[in-house]
Amino acid sequence: MDAIVVDGLEKTYGKDVRALDGLSFTVQEGTVFGLLGPNGAGKSTTVRVLVTLTVPDAGRAIVAGTDVMESPAAVRRAIGYVPQASGVDREATGRENLVLQGRLQGMRGPEIARRSDELLELFGLAEKADALVKTYSGGQKRRLDVATGLVHRPQVLFLDEPTTGLDPEARAAMWEELSRLAAQERLTVLLTTHYLEEADRLAERVAIVSRGRIVVEGAPDVLKRQLRGELVTVELGEHHDGKATGIVERLEDVHEVSVEGRRLFARVDRGAQSVPVILGALDSGGVSVAAVTISRPSLDDVYLHYTGRDFRSDDEAGT
Amino acid sequence: MTTIVQTLYLCARLLRNLARQPIWIAVMVVQPLFWLLLYSQLFRRITDLGGFGTSQYIDYLTPGVAVMTAFFSGSWAGMSMIEDLDRGVVERFLATPARRGAVVFGHILQSSIVATLQAVLILLSGLVLGATNGGIAGWLVILLASFLVAGGFAGLSHGIALLTRQEASMIAIAQFIGLPLLFFSSLLIARNLIPGWMETLSLLNPVEWAVRAARGEALPGTGWDEMAAFLALLAAFAAATGAFATWAFRSYRHAL
Repeated sequence: MDAIVVDGLEKTYGKDVRALDGLSFTVQEGTVFGLLGPNGAGKSTTVRVLVTLTVPDAGRAIVAGTDVMESPAAVRRAIGYVPQASGVDREATGRENLVLQGRLQGMRGPEIARRSDELLELFGLAEKADALVKTYSGGQKRRLDVATGLVHRPQVLFLDEPTTGLDPEARAAMWEELSRLAAQERLTVLLTTHYLEEADRLAERVAIVSRGRIVVEGAPDVLKRQLRGELVTVELGEHHDGKATGIVERLEDVHEVSVEGRRLFARVDRGAQSVPVILGALDSGGVSVAAVTISRPSLDDVYLHYTGRDFRSDDEAGT
Repeated sequence: MTTIVQTLYLCARLLRNLARQPIWIAVMVVQPLFWLLLYSQLFRRITDLGGFGTSQYIDYLTPGVAVMTAFFSGSWAGMSMIEDLDRGVVERFLATPARRGAVVFGHILQSSIVATLQAVLILLSGLVLGATNGGIAGWLVILLASFLVAGGFAGLSHGIALLTRQEASMIAIAQFIGLPLLFFSSLLIARNLIPGWMETLSLLNPVEWAVRAARGEALPGTGWDEMAAFLALLAAFAAATGAFATWAFRSYRHAL
């Protein structure tokens, strides 16, 4: 069953800021789905529509079987939302934040107390439970944000940029936390990120968003494999006379051969099989080789391939 | 019913956060006492001019300072809303099934409760300085007027906060309305000493309504009917600004 169905969402802010431009995707129940894209691509707007904060101009969205525009209150009971801007009360303790959240979700006192203890334990915050949030480290604060979204055991959890602003260590810890959570709680998670690595690491399926539309959707590995396998980089010896390209191009299962200075690039389906063949052919042709590397395509390459633009420069443009 | 319960939870959160700020508490306690001492010394002889209904200025001043404190704390209340907006707290609440109204009413109620507590303190201090303020009935009326005037101006302040969403605009507006409303009233000085045109205009001023209501039982010169009328005006003012804040909140949500 699909936990989230998004169909043709459109949203324009002001006169001409087109945040969503016919965006559609679905998320299967019990899976982690990553919305990936640079800043300003429309990820946060999508989440805000799904958590009933923003009303789209056109399109439909169904979360946990309920239409977000027809019955927003029912959707709010079924979801947890962790906004990018945290949203916890810095002047209150971790426990107080969880308790208030439980109250607003309509839970009863003893149940809230039990669930708060459980979550504080689960997120390694038991010792800081009764300290004010403003004394928390960045990582502790973000873990409390996530815990707050889980108080009422939602069916679907929305995480908007869960690790933005965290140092690498805290980010790695958060990834651990989230992987474990997704496995244990049988939860559907939709996370947005502009870290390709994060989507690759956490999400079973990703959708790349660019300028308010989904450019491509699929499992990270499948997306990467669609880019015709792996990239082989051969560092040629000195005095190569340009015949290397011709030699390699003639080989089977080798595509997109190019040379830049002393380096030759080739796309191959399986690096482990093709590299010996390439090296053998170059050797018989009298071309000496200094070094060779095989790299698997990253989601960076996927982004570049489908949008024709570099992820990093788009990200900076969107900020 | 749900709205009331949630309003109380959200208000309790704000009160608890304030209770944790010792400097804020010190200022909230000391400042009204400072006004009480300063004004009562500065204007000590003013009752000689007559029209105050008492020969001791402290009798006249104490309800005035209670109202002034409530009015000021109400008109600055929007700052806490802006902080909640900036930190994403409001959005987090909005993604829960919580009643939308409770988010705004919790903030307004907080101002009213703080103002009422300050008024109790001011009345006790006034008592030490020799002002009885009409005994229990007088005190209750002063507390009610403080509660309503603080809530009324808090509604206005939160509404403006939700429309502007900027601290600088909030501060400018609070400062702009603060002193004029204070001086277009008989808060510090008897009505017969105020120029006629100012007295006429003061009848449009909710601060004046609160002062007249607050002194109704504490000092001679006002009947029950007049006091009740001013309290009713204040309640209507609080209801109107509460509606304004709710409307501003809706317009904020629609702009998301």
